[in-house]
Amino acid sequence: MTDTLLQMNHITKTFPGVVALDDVSLTVERGTVHALMGENGAGKSTLMKCLFGIYREDSGEILLDAHPVVINSAKQALDLGISMIHQEPHPVRFRSVAENVWLGRFPQLIPGVVNHRKMREMTQELFKRVDLDIDPDTTAGELSASVFQLVEIAKAISYDAKIIIMDEPTSSLTEAEVGHLFEIINRLRDEGIAIIYISHKMEEILKIADEVTIMRDGKRVGTWPASELTTDLIINRMVGRELTNRFPPRHERRSDEVVLKVEGLTATSPRSFTDVSFELRKGEILGIGGLVGAQRTELVEAIFGLRGIASGTIYKDGQVIRNDSPKTSKKHGIALLTEERRATGIIPMLSVCDNTVIANARRYARGFVISEVQRHEAAEQEVRDLRIKTPSTDTEIADLSGGNQQKVLVGRWLLTDPEILILDEPTRGIDVGAKYEIYTLIQNLTRQGKSIIMISSEMPELLGVSDRIMVMCEGRVAGFLNDPSEFSQVEVMRLATSFMTQQSEKEAA
Amino acid sequence: MTTLDETSPEVPVVLNDEDPGEGSTEVATGLGGLNKRVLSWGLVGLGSVFTVGGVLWQHQFDHSGVKDLPIIIAMIGIGLVVYGVTGLLSRGAATDVLTFTPAKAKSFALDNAIILAMLGFVVALCIIKPNFMQVNVIADILMQSSPKMFIALGVSFSLIIAGTDLSAGRLVGVSAVVVATLIQKVDYPNKFWPDLGEWFIVWPILIAIGVCALFGLLNGFLVAQFKMHPFIATLAVQVIAYGAVSLYFAKPPTNGQPIGELRSDFTALGQTKLLEGENWAWLDNWLGTNFRGLSILVVYALVACVAIAFVLNKTTFGKNVYAVGGNPEAAKVSGVNSYVTILIIFVLGAVMYAFGGIMEAARTGGATNNYGNGYELDAIAACVVGGVSLAGGIGKVKGIIIGVLTFQIIAYGLVFISVNAYYQQIIKGIIIAVAVALDLAKYNRR
Ligand SMILES: Nc1ncnc2c1ncn2[C@@H]1O[C@H](COP(=O)(O)OP(=O)(O)OP(=O)(O)O)[C@@H](O)[C@H]1O
Ligand SMILES: [Mg+2]
Repeated sequence: MTDTLLQMNHITKTFPGVVALDDVSLTVERGTVHALMGENGAGKSTLMKCLFGIYREDSGEILLDAHPVVINSAKQALDLGISMIHQEPHPVRFRSVAENVWLGRFPQLIPGVVNHRKMREMTQELFKRVDLDIDPDTTAGELSASVFQLVEIAKAISYDAKIIIMDEPTSSLTEAEVGHLFEIINRLRDEGIAIIYISHKMEEILKIADEVTIMRDGKRVGTWPASELTTDLIINRMVGRELTNRFPPRHERRSDEVVLKVEGLTATSPRSFTDVSFELRKGEILGIGGLVGAQRTELVEAIFGLRGIASGTIYKDGQVIRNDSPKTSKKHGIALLTEERRATGIIPMLSVCDNTVIANARRYARGFVISEVQRHEAAEQEVRDLRIKTPSTDTEIADLSGGNQQKVLVGRWLLTDPEILILDEPTRGIDVGAKYEIYTLIQNLTRQGKSIIMISSEMPELLGVSDRIMVMCEGRVAGFLNDPSEFSQVEVMRLATSFMTQQSEKEAA
Repeated sequence: MTTLDETSPEVPVVLNDEDPGEGSTEVATGLGGLNKRVLSWGLVGLGSVFTVGGVLWQHQFDHSGVKDLPIIIAMIGIGLVVYGVTGLLSRGAATDVLTFTPAKAKSFALDNAIILAMLGFVVALCIIKPNFMQVNVIADILMQSSPKMFIALGVSFSLIIAGTDLSAGRLVGVSAVVVATLIQKVDYPNKFWPDLGEWFIVWPILIAIGVCALFGLLNGFLVAQFKMHPFIATLAVQVIAYGAVSLYFAKPPTNGQPIGELRSDFTALGQTKLLEGENWAWLDNWLGTNFRGLSILVVYALVACVAIAFVLNKTTFGKNVYAVGGNPEAAKVSGVNSYVTILIIFVLGAVMYAFGGIMEAARTGGATNNYGNGYELDAIAACVVGGVSLAGGIGKVKGIIIGVLTFQIIAYGLVFISVNAYYQQIIKGIIIAVAVALDLAKYNRR
């Protein structure tokens, strides 16, 4: 069966100093899920942005239903039946969810006047279709990144498009939500819609994709039916070299010295975490698992001093400490890599170098003068270690691919050399090769006696990297897995749902 | 798929509380949950008591020491009733449960700090000078705020897209001069256009609006086409507009003399007083004072407020403005035509300034090229005090009204108690700084 819907032929796109796409072709059949894979900076998003009218290709042609089309703006793409879930979500923060969904095509009472009632109804209907329980009047800024991602998915579907581009739609979702997304994707596929799916998660690709196109350094490596591929084959073709292990070996350290102790920590807000106690030992990696809404991010933000605490105590090296701001945390040697990096981490106008060293600029200072040479050396080291794909350390960070921006931020916190490093979803959106490098760096830190807290929703990562795992459920500690030999996905999931009421269990399933 | 992660709306307000260990536990159940409907009925009841009480006091008891206070109380009462009724009609009136916690009281105070401070100021004024409690004073303040309201409403659009419009004041001048030169009395010998006949009143007004709209279009074009920052684009247009209107104004035979002797049908547009005159003598009787009437300008300003609120809240264009301001990237990928939106923003702004200029010309019965000088900064200050964020994406007409009135009450009140005009400047500056600091604190706490 060949029922070709979309053909992109010989697309080339250059940015100053970078050839982002070099003669790339892509053919997508109707009613299939076509995965697009490649390392960070391979050109996946750029190719999709050419299709969605955000970038204009330098050369090449796009055929839709065998007709050549010219797409100059997102509006034209949407009118042609192409919708897109973007790698970075775009919330209009102070407006309602309903307005966010129907922006650009509000239902109208008379031309120019918005029909609010209808808009609310349409939103409710749409959310029911994708099984999402959000009041349409909620302000978008109040939603967490992952919940807003679900809204973006619903929005992309609501265009009733022929082609839906999904650029890393699951990077901030948990497994249950991913499962639900896959149900929706299957439904759309049966309706004859073509889906272009970008992800760094091998398991997902093998499960959902019909065909896989792999890209490397702006070029197409090839296209294969998913049934002919394995994780190893994909990785091999993506990185162009063998990658035998996905996780570096654990460092057997086992010190009993407790560096951080948290006792009975309860948030000021009643719906957040309650009565959380745990210990972090020197040189260990404590993984925190749980579903979205388990309040893991809220917990570490409170420990870091970003949120209020109603009761409970934090001990650092046996001393009671009170963190009421990130500044005091830094003094205590605690660093946090936040989950919502885009909003809270990146300084878009600054260069890769500035963004890398900004958290500890003082280290490169002599008196009041900051040594340019040392700064750049440190940044270049980080670029090499994490294999950040950038023309130079002076490039503006906003011009990097999504995954490479993430790497810069991970590098920033690794450079601060903290005693306790809290990582909230450290490898979100990062390709397999670079993940391995990050894990290696984390293991190296523990070898130097640093301690790590790592929140991760990616099960293999949680199981493969942590020394101990704490699982949270609905704001409470559900249990600990203390020995890597007893780690299992089933056990983590069981704990993660252990306090759930019937109601929420059904929702999580 | 998932339940909504409910933590964010319930954000801890007591961030950085001195004592996170204890004390900040919320007494969420302390005062119990109060239904919004109950509260609204309460407001209606209280308002009715005020209204009836005020009217009774006015007519049955002595109120010579407190001037028009009873009437003012009655008016406040009517306001409360209206507010209560809108509360009853709003969605979720029956279901929303309001809880009272110290944290909520604190955030309420913070959210309404400007209004509360204003109330305090007014009460103090009334105590210092009971004369302040006059319906005529209120009418005066409203009249003086009216032209400013137009400028503030006009500039708010460009503020919402994280821009600004520095050409506002000079465009007021442009429109005032243009309209005034075209509507002088026919038999006045020293006319700007000596040979001009008597035009239908609408044409001069439309021409003034049209000229301003062209300048607005230029603003919008510079911003949309070249991605120029509005600060720069409108600064350029401000200077151009002033130069152009001054050239026009300085032309022979009048050679830059102030333009006066405007037609009475035109000045009536700015000087008419409502609720005054022989037909309304009973009102003066009833009030027990000589009410000097409500300027027709106030009516225009009210209409403008309603119209702009409608545009911002109910129209596609208004929602696009918020989107372009709140997240331009989101607007772009959702297919919003930002280019056209920006053009309309600046043209609409310019039309509002034009109305402001026409009102000024009609009210004062003349114009010079310096009309409107500096209005833009007052308007921006009023918007910002009213909660329009310079970072874009936020702003309501309600806030703008409060902002404009705040400055007017301060200015009027300080003159009323004979405070040196230079103090006014200082106080104005402090208000801007404090109001914006409070506003930012509102968004920063999470
Ligand atoms: N606006 C831009 N200006 C300059 N260079 C850019 C721009 N956008 C992308 N690039 C460069 O183009 C290359 C491809 O980027 P792209 O975003 O397509 O990667 P990607 O495959 O989506 O990676 P990721 O998995 O990290 O999202 C990168 O080297 C990036 O630095
Ligand atoms: Mg990408």
